[in-house]
This record gives sequence, C-alpha cells and structure tokens, in this order.
Amino acid sequence: MLNAFAVLIDGLVYAAYLFIVAIGLTLIFGVMKILNVAHGSFFTFGAYGAASAVGIYFNRGLPEAGGYLLMVVLAMALGLVLGLILERGIMRWVYGRDEVVMALVTYAAFLILEDVVILIWGPGSYAAYQPLLSAGNIEIGELILSNYDLGLIAVAAMLAAACYWGLKFTRYGRLLTAVIFDRETAAAFGINVRVVYTVTFVIGAMLGALGGAIMAPKIAVTLGIGVEVIVLAFAVVAIGGMGSIEGAFAGALIVGICRAATVHLFPQVELFVIYAVMALVLMIRPYGLFVRAQPRKI
Amino acid sequence: MSSPILSVQDLGKRFGSLFAARDITVSIPAQQTVGVIGANGAGKTTFINMITGHLRPTKGTIHFEGRDITALPSRQIKAMGISRSFQVAQIFPSLTVFENMCAAAAIGRAPKTLIGHVRTPLRSQESVAEAKTLLELFQIAPYRDSLAATLPQGIRKLLDIGMALAGAPRLLLLDEPTSGISIEEKFDLMQIVMSALLSRKITVLFVEHDMDIIEGFAERVLAFYDGTVIADGMPAATLADPRVQTLISGPKLRSAVGTGAHV
Amino acid sequence: MVRGDRIAAGSAFLAAAVAGFMLPDWIISLATIAFANGLVVLGLIVMWRAGLVSFGQALYYCMGGYAVALIGRWGGVTDAFLLVLVGGLSAAGISFVIGFLLARYREIFFAMLSLALSMILYGLLVKTESLGSTDGLNVIVPTFLGYAPHQEKLIVALYFLVLVVCATAALLVGAYFRSLAGALAIPVRDNELRVEFLGMSVSRLIHTKLVISALLAGTGGALAALAVGHVDPNMSYWTTSGEFVFITILAGAGSVGAAFVGSLAFESVRSFAFAMLPQLWEILLGSVLLLTILFLPQGLGSLIERLHWGREAKAP
Ligand SMILES: Nc1ncnc2c1ncn2[C@@H]1O[C@H](COP(=O)(O)OP(=O)(O)OP(=O)(O)O)[C@@H](O)[C@H]1O
Ligand SMILES: [Mg+2]
Repeated sequence: MLNAFAVLIDGLVYAAYLFIVAIGLTLIFGVMKILNVAHGSFFTFGAYGAASAVGIYFNRGLPEAGGYLLMVVLAMALGLVLGLILERGIMRWVYGRDEVVMALVTYAAFLILEDVVILIWGPGSYAAYQPLLSAGNIEIGELILSNYDLGLIAVAAMLAAACYWGLKFTRYGRLLTAVIFDRETAAAFGINVRVVYTVTFVIGAMLGALGGAIMAPKIAVTLGIGVEVIVLAFAVVAIGGMGSIEGAFAGALIVGICRAATVHLFPQVELFVIYAVMALVLMIRPYGLFVRAQPRKI
Repeated sequence: MSSPILSVQDLGKRFGSLFAARDITVSIPAQQTVGVIGANGAGKTTFINMITGHLRPTKGTIHFEGRDITALPSRQIKAMGISRSFQVAQIFPSLTVFENMCAAAAIGRAPKTLIGHVRTPLRSQESVAEAKTLLELFQIAPYRDSLAATLPQGIRKLLDIGMALAGAPRLLLLDEPTSGISIEEKFDLMQIVMSALLSRKITVLFVEHDMDIIEGFAERVLAFYDGTVIADGMPAATLADPRVQTLISGPKLRSAVGTGAHV
Repeated sequence: MVRGDRIAAGSAFLAAAVAGFMLPDWIISLATIAFANGLVVLGLIVMWRAGLVSFGQALYYCMGGYAVALIGRWGGVTDAFLLVLVGGLSAAGISFVIGFLLARYREIFFAMLSLALSMILYGLLVKTESLGSTDGLNVIVPTFLGYAPHQEKLIVALYFLVLVVCATAALLVGAYFRSLAGALAIPVRDNELRVEFLGMSVSRLIHTKLVISALLAGTGGALAALAVGHVDPNMSYWTTSGEFVFITILAGAGSVGAAFVGSLAFESVRSFAFAMLPQLWEILLGSVLLLTILFLPQGLGSLIERLHWGREAKAP
C-alpha cells in the first residue's frame, strides 16, 4: 500500500518534470513542424542561469521568496533572448525545408550552444540546493515528501491548465490552433504566419528554460544535462503524439508512473523502460496516442 | 461479346458514416472504352481506388479476367495487368522524363524476388527501349531530358499516363486525364492519349468532367451520383437521361460553355 | 562504373595502402577508426538516398562492437575476419527483425523511433553488470588467419583489415546503387505511391536498405572495437548517432567514396580540435553543420559532382 502510494507520488513528480520540459517541444513541433533538438540547450541555459543566480542570491541572505521569483524570471529572460536569436538568426532561413533538415539545423544549434554554456559558466558544476532546503518537507504517514516536489506537481498542473485555457480562449491561442490545423488556409485568411512562428518559438524556448530553472535545485547542474533531457522529452512527446498538448500530458504521466514503478520494483531496467514504452506505443499507434495518421487522398 | 475483362459486384465503401460507394455492379468487356462522369465527390476516384487495391472495399467483389482481385495489394493488381493514372499526376519530380519512364519500364519487367531486384540492372536494353517507345507514343520525347519537376501540366499528365502504360497492362484506369488542362488543350491531349491506347488495344476506363470529351471518346458512359451508378449505356443515351442532366451534366448549353463548376 | 571513377577509386585505394607502410602509427590508428566509421556513414547514405535519416544508427554500431567483445571473450574466437563477420551479421539480423516495424515509418518519425531503439540498448547495457555496465568490456587481441601480430604490427594489420573490408563494402554498395533495387531509392524518396502502383513493394525496398545499412554499421562497429580494444555503452548513445549523421550530411549522398573521405576529414579535425581548442570543438562542429545545410544542401561531395541518377548509364 505504502509502496503503491510512493510509486504514485514519485511518478507524479517525475511526470510533472517531464511535462514541463516536453510541453515547449511539442508546442514548437505542433505549430512549426520542427523537432527542436535545441530544446535541450534552452533547458541547460535555464538550469545554469537559475543555479548560478540562486547561489549568489541566497549567499547574500536575501528573503527566500524572492529566490524563487528570481529563478523564474531569469529563466524566462534567457529563453526569450535565446529563442529570438535562434528563430530570427537561423531557423527562419530553413522554413519550408524537410522536417529532418530542420531538425538537423536545431541539432547544429544545440552543439554550438553546448560549448557556449562552457564559455559562459565554465566546466564546473553548480548546485542550487537552497530553494529545495528552504521549501522544507511534509510527512504523510510514513512518507516524507519534499514540498518542492509537491510544488512541482502544482506548477505542471498550472502550466497544463494555462496551455489549455490559452489555446482555447485567447486570441493568440485561436490563431495557433488555426495555423496548426491548416497553415495555408490560415495564411490565406490573413494570419501572419511569420509572427506566429516567432512567438511560438520564443514561448517554446521560454518553457524549456523554465523547465531547466525549476529542475536546477533537484539535480546537479553539470555538463550534459541537456543531452539527457532532450531524448527524454522526445520520448514523452512521441508517446503522446508530436505536437499535441494533451499528448504531452498523457505521455508524461505514462512515462512518469512507469519509471517510478520500475524504480521501486525492478531498478535494473529503470533507464530503458521509458524507451521501451515508447517503442511499444508506437508499434500500436505509429503517430502517438493523440495523433491520427492522415490517409493520403489520391 | 466474350466474358468481361472486369466485373464488379455489389461494391461498397464506407468512410465512417459516409458511403463513398454503394451497390456498384458493372461489367466491362475487353477493349471497350468507358467514360465515367459524376459531380465532385460522387465516388469516381473511390471506384478506381478500390479496383486498383488502394482502398479495401467494405462490401462486394472485383474480378479481373475471371480472377478475384478484391483487396489485393496494388502492386499485385498491377502485376496482373491493371494499371492507372492519377487525378494529380504522380511522377518522380527529381528525375528526368526519360528516367521516369525508365523507372516505370524497369519496375514493370522486374523479377518478383528480392535477389532479382538486386541483380536487375536499372537500364536493361528492353526497359530503355520500352521507355523510348512510350515517350514517342505520347509525343513527349522532346522533353526527354527535362526534370519532371519543371514540366508544364499537360506534359505531366502525359508522362503520368505513359508510365501507367509501361509493362503492357490490359486494363487502364485514367482518373481525370484532362484535369488541370486548359479547355483549348484538353481535346488535343485526349487525342494523343486515346490514339496511343487504341494502338495497344487496351481496355480503358476514364473519368472526365467535360461532356464533349465524353461524347468524342467514350463508347459507353457510367454516370456516378452519390456513390452509385445512376445510368449506364451509350454516350448519347446516357447524356440524354433526365436524371443525368439534372444531377450531373446540366442541360447541353452549360457543358458547352465550360466545365469548371459541376457541383 | 565510369572508367574515370574506377581509376580514381583504384588509385585512392592504392594510396591508402601505401600510406599504411609510410605514415606514423598515430595517423594509421586514426585512419583505421575513421574508415571503420566510414562504413557506418556509407550505411546512412544507403538510407538517405531513399530520404530516410536515422538518429539511431549507433544501435547497430554498438551491436557489432559488443558482438566482437563477447564472442572474443566467451566464444574463444580470435580470428579478426570471423569476428568482423559475426559483428556485421548480428547487427543485420537485429535490423531484419526491427525492420518489420521500422520500415513503416518515414521522416522525423523514422528518425525518432530509431533513436529510441538505440537508447533501449544503451539503457540495457548501462544496467547489465555482466556486460560491464558503464565501464564496458575489453576486446581480445585478434589474429589474422593465424598470423598474430603485436604492437606496431598489430596497428598496421588492423589498418589493412579495415582497408580491405571498406574496399569490398564500397564495391558491393556501388553495385547495389546501380541495380534496380538501389536505384529506386530516389523514386521511393520522390513518390512512394507511384512506385507501389508501378508494381514494386516500397516497404520491401526500404526493409532491404535498413538491413544493408545495419550490416555496414555493425561491421564498422566490429572493426572499431578491434581497433580501440574496448567497447562501452556510449557506442549506442544518441550523440554517437548524431556524429554519424553529421558526417553523412557533410559527405553528401553523391558517391560511395564520400563516406570514407568525410569520415577521415571528421576524425582529423576532431583530433586536431581536441588538441588545440577543446572548448570550441562543438562550436566548430555545429557551425560546419549549419553552414553545410544552409549553403551546400547536397553535402560537400556536391562540390565535386552533383548527384545524378544512374548518370553513368546514360543511354546511347
Ligand atoms: N480516404 C478517404 N477518407 C475519407 N473520405 C474519403 C476518402 N476518400 C474519399 N472520401 C470521400 O468519399 C467521397 C467520394 O470521393 P471521391 O474522391 O471518390 O470523389 P470523386 O468522384 O473522385 O470526386 P472529384 O470529381 O472531386 O475527384 C467524397 O465525399 C470524399 O470526401
Ligand atoms: Mg476524383
């Protein structure tokens, strides 16, 4: 019983984390059909930015609440700048080319940014444990849970709600839906697809950086975190269906729970269970849970 | 007349709640030239798709030369002798016209085994010869070395049909051979296609919106409406059928003016 | 093959062979790895011609390497030719099975699923103590049909082994490209529907390509394992696949030789960059990839000749 509860909580925490990193990825794919490998770089920048800033901030002994705000604001700012640079500087030149070519371009950007991280922050690692400590723990029965983890679940839920609401009820959201549904028609109806692309890419980048910032206190911020995150996020998005927000939500839950269960029951297979689930889902539904293949009309 | 080359019994196709084809029973004798008319969405392409194995019928059977071909994969149906062209020309844009035709000819005569595919050269003498003959036959030899991506619409359609003719099929299904072609050019294009096909003594079924072309080239007309055949017979009789006139062709006056809007 | 091409290929091979006797060991070792990896790139080219890019080719590379390590260790096999053969065949066998699934996918989905499959292997290897976990395994010192060289002699022997295997692979793949099944890559990439309606099974054509490219990648992995003397799970990590894709894009799909030239260039620049400016290596890599895609969409090979379909067989 305790075990099942622990699996559930662990799974939810992990799912929350996955959802936060996957949502930016799926948004960009849904609208622009770009599988954005540089999403890993956004995550890395967010994590490094938050970790280094939080370290300085807490060492000054400033009020704790401000630390959280600082993390979030800084990550968003980094995402904004990076997203704009990438979209305006590189991506727009390859719009309309093969999806694989666009993915390769983001891969190139990712490689470059990996080194830029070293140039800015050096090869050492950062630990931003302070927010985790200051959030404290809570005891439920025999389980000791970190408030930060619970907060993570809340943040993910809020993000999901915000995306849902944003897409359904805001003007920009409806524009996005139109572009996702049919790009040519959207353009014909006077929607400025270019602007939609820029805004989407920047939002995606900000979400990626936010994911990094939120995760920074929970991980050792060190070289190579982006590399791992990117394949994890791919797996989540592929399970749910690329470009689908509901899909990212479902994919994150499935992967989160599966991983938590294997960690508790068969720790040996922890790493590959995610990809095994992905391969299994794709075998049954080639385009993920929430996306249907469009038969080609001739 | 001998036994039919194609016979279709009680054919039906459902997409969810939509019946794209229902109760179609038709048989076509060898070497007949059949025109198919019908408004947009009447089910003409669906009919061809089922015969050529692109769509699996939800109901009914299809026999070709006495053999049941219902729901076989399209490549097997092609190998048995049924070929088709497409409403939107399906060609290989990054190859030249000649290379397109060579590919068609080579595939047509390739052995069926994997080893065979690896051991067959791309350009055997026979396939090159067939490709050249087809280019001449469809009068597109002057475009031989142009990239297919750069071709004008009419040449695309001719190439598409020419490729379908590679491998000597006995039944050829043409889905709107003149779609996307200006009214002035339509008749000439159809003339080229039909004389090429007649010289090969092939059974032809072609979809066409232009009633003048139907009258000029078809020996028999199938009129499709809402997924089913509402009239079947000699062109003059079928086009004069009041149901066909109200539902498909409109009075003679309109079809003489143009063919843009058959809604 | 056109006569000029044949002469060029022959002289390149001769030059490489002569170089084996003249150049210092470290260059020979570098070239050995580069050519072994060139086989993987050649396999990617086979798929790329049909429009498929795999982000998981490291799966087969790693399979080949581990197969060599394992049968060397447990099977007591030391003959290099046999080891390489087994390495290649085991990768091809796996790919034959996976191919029934993978051949249904295209474009980005193909890339991602192959990536996921390679990551499964990575996850398995990392967690399996008996396979050395993250440390990997050492590979036995091979013999060559009874000949058992050591040190410098071994380095040279391995180099010639790689050279012979690569030359054989290049000839066979070249012949495949000229065959119907190989030449249909471009029609498949252009318009699958048409190929299917002309009477050829697209999924079978693609499945064949997957197996061929896995055979090449497995062989490359086996050779690399012998040359390095060690295998570890990173052989299967997605960044390894990424490097292979990188070289492929750089080399272009235009010719068989481009795979090896591209791989040699890549290894050289890498060892140079690692020594001189380690912090800028990935910036260099990324920039070159970016510039290639933006300005040379057909790869560096396109500078020399543009990809033509069956150009050499131009009919009279
Ligand atoms: N793959 C499919 N999935 C769902 N519906 C389909 C599919 N193919 C055709 N339909 C529907 O079936 C009906 C018949 O379509 P079909 O393409 O056969 O018409 P058509 O007579 O060829 O029309 P047109 O003159 O426009 O080419 C249409 O309502 C179409 O939307
Ligand atoms: Mg139609």
